[in-house]
Amino acid sequence: MDTLLPIQDRGGPAQPLLLATGLRKHFPVAGGLLGRTTKVVRAVDDLTLSVAKGETLGVVGESGCGKSTVARLLIRLIKPDKGTMVLDGDPVDEPHGITVNELRRQVQMVFQDSYASLNPRLTIAETLAFAPRAHGLPAAEARERVRDLLSKVGLDPANYATRYPHELSGGQRQRVNIARALALRPRLIILDEAVSALDKSVEAQVLNMLVDLKTELDLTYVFISHDLNVVQYLSDRVLVMYLGKIVELGPVEAIYGNPQHPYTRALLSARPSMDPRKRTHEAPIQGDPPNPIDPPSGCRFRTRCPFAEDVCARLEPPLADAGAQAVACHMRVAGSGHSKAVAA
Amino acid sequence: MTDQTNLLQVRDLHVTFVTPDRTVHAVNGVSFDLARGETLGILGESGSGKSVTLRSILRLHPEHRTRWSGSIKLQGDEVLEMGPKALSDLRGQRVSMIFQEPATAFDPVFTIGQQIAETVRRHTGKSEAEAMKRAKDLLEMVRIPSPAQRLKAYPHEMSGGMRQRAMIALALSCNPTLLLADEPTTALDATVQIQVLLLIRELQREFNLGVIFVTHDIGVAVEVSDRIGVMYAGKLVEMAPVERMVDAPQHPYSRGLLASTVHDGMRGQRLESIPGAPPDLAEVPSGCSFAPRCKFVRPDCTTAIPSLRDVEAAHAVRCVLAA
Repeated sequence: MDTLLPIQDRGGPAQPLLLATGLRKHFPVAGGLLGRTTKVVRAVDDLTLSVAKGETLGVVGESGCGKSTVARLLIRLIKPDKGTMVLDGDPVDEPHGITVNELRRQVQMVFQDSYASLNPRLTIAETLAFAPRAHGLPAAEARERVRDLLSKVGLDPANYATRYPHELSGGQRQRVNIARALALRPRLIILDEAVSALDKSVEAQVLNMLVDLKTELDLTYVFISHDLNVVQYLSDRVLVMYLGKIVELGPVEAIYGNPQHPYTRALLSARPSMDPRKRTHEAPIQGDPPNPIDPPSGCRFRTRCPFAEDVCARLEPPLADAGAQAVACHMRVAGSGHSKAVAA
Repeated sequence: MTDQTNLLQVRDLHVTFVTPDRTVHAVNGVSFDLARGETLGILGESGSGKSVTLRSILRLHPEHRTRWSGSIKLQGDEVLEMGPKALSDLRGQRVSMIFQEPATAFDPVFTIGQQIAETVRRHTGKSEAEAMKRAKDLLEMVRIPSPAQRLKAYPHEMSGGMRQRAMIALALSCNPTLLLADEPTTALDATVQIQVLLLIRELQREFNLGVIFVTHDIGVAVEVSDRIGVMYAGKLVEMAPVERMVDAPQHPYSRGLLASTVHDGMRGQRLESIPGAPPDLAEVPSGCSFAPRCKFVRPDCTTAIPSLRDVEAAHAVRCVLAA
């Protein structure tokens, strides 16, 4: 009998699987005399999000926007400076809640670099059995689980169990990483650029597999990527980040079909068209994203925004409901003082 | 528009890397022409030989463990037979290259201005002041804001997009006729990538440059190319004008690649994927290298290497099924 069973649902379908409130992470940058901290990178600032049971939440944004920091905070690879997390009703790392170790049994992660995420000295079977054994699964059952995991990700156990990571292709290694993430029967998997390093033909194989596994194992995904097309393909809801802040959050149809924030619009129209007759003739926005060490005051996007006005520099726009989605833009806040906003 | 004089002619190029441990047949018979003012996109996945082909045009591979055969002619001059002097002129003046990672292409201890000016002086014999003036003009040309100040910036003080613009300025400093671009926008953010693509397209027109643009990203290739060549296992498997490649790809690999690329409106559909992985290039395959992954495979696919045949004007396909 298998002793490491899947974790039962507790709060019912309406209770979010994961609720993070007011997460903040600033990284000090050593500098100046004697390596004193003189600056901080404001990687994630007061971020609140919930992940519903069974959904795929896509997270998009450019480099430095804090999307990978969010991933690492959600699985507590790094400790937030501020904020709380609740997993299916249980506060994380608090007196009456669950421990970080328990969180990590239920939340697992797959990284971008498939090779760096595997121990080169362990065979695939040893890698996959490691966590179940550490959680007390007897050796015979662990072997059975390794076989099961490998078949689930489409690798023949007889052929792959005794191989080492360097003997596999990038796509096969990423399948192993996904199998390892599944080894403890988690409920939530965080995929941080998990298909970004793969070739397109292999990426499609892995995406199909992720869709199948989600249904088969009743999983929930947080899918982080810079590839807007892949996020659109996989996600139910999409969160758009810019310099450590959420700028827009909503159902995938609303974000892609009717984007409200100027940054979301720019990001979407910067995508190549795949049609030589509809080429882009003007870049939607100019310049690079600013350095997160010293983000602009007020709205962080204002330095690249074609609609920026005085109010954008003075006040930070709240994330407010605007139709199907929530948007952080003064143009969508009634009475904000922006000339394009409706009067209060 | 397009100047029909032939700029570059590559014929049956083979590149093999030999080390004591193993041999890799990276490029196995690539032929193509490039006209002045034309942009050729070379599309392929990792290990397809697209970058090796590109770098061969500048002979950037280590001489002692690279074996070449075939011919690369730039305006009639055979690159594979050039001596050190001709090669230096080729690399400095006639052909320029931009790379994926501009941070590693610049020397971190010299300013951007010093590095561009050094190149200008070396190849044109201008004075230091003239060269610096030229460097400033070049930064202005690639639309770097406040170019006079940026001349004094070190590479690490610039953002990724600015560094890539500076590298384009460096590449164009000696008025080359051919620009080679090896995944120049892959490391850039989406909103910056489109700016750099537009810049390359604009400068290409302005200076009537021949451009070879190597990428794994179909969207990027479609955005910049006049023609697209698809490479697989060291061979061109299909070559066609960009519209034709998008509308009616013929080779099963090109078709699979286009179908497996996720784009708008594919939500909820199952993705068409190509099973398996590209072959190991330790040995030269005796038949079509795509045959083991191809769903239309026939017995004659594995007996001989299919030739690159024209299916219509300017559209060539390497497949026994192509009519």
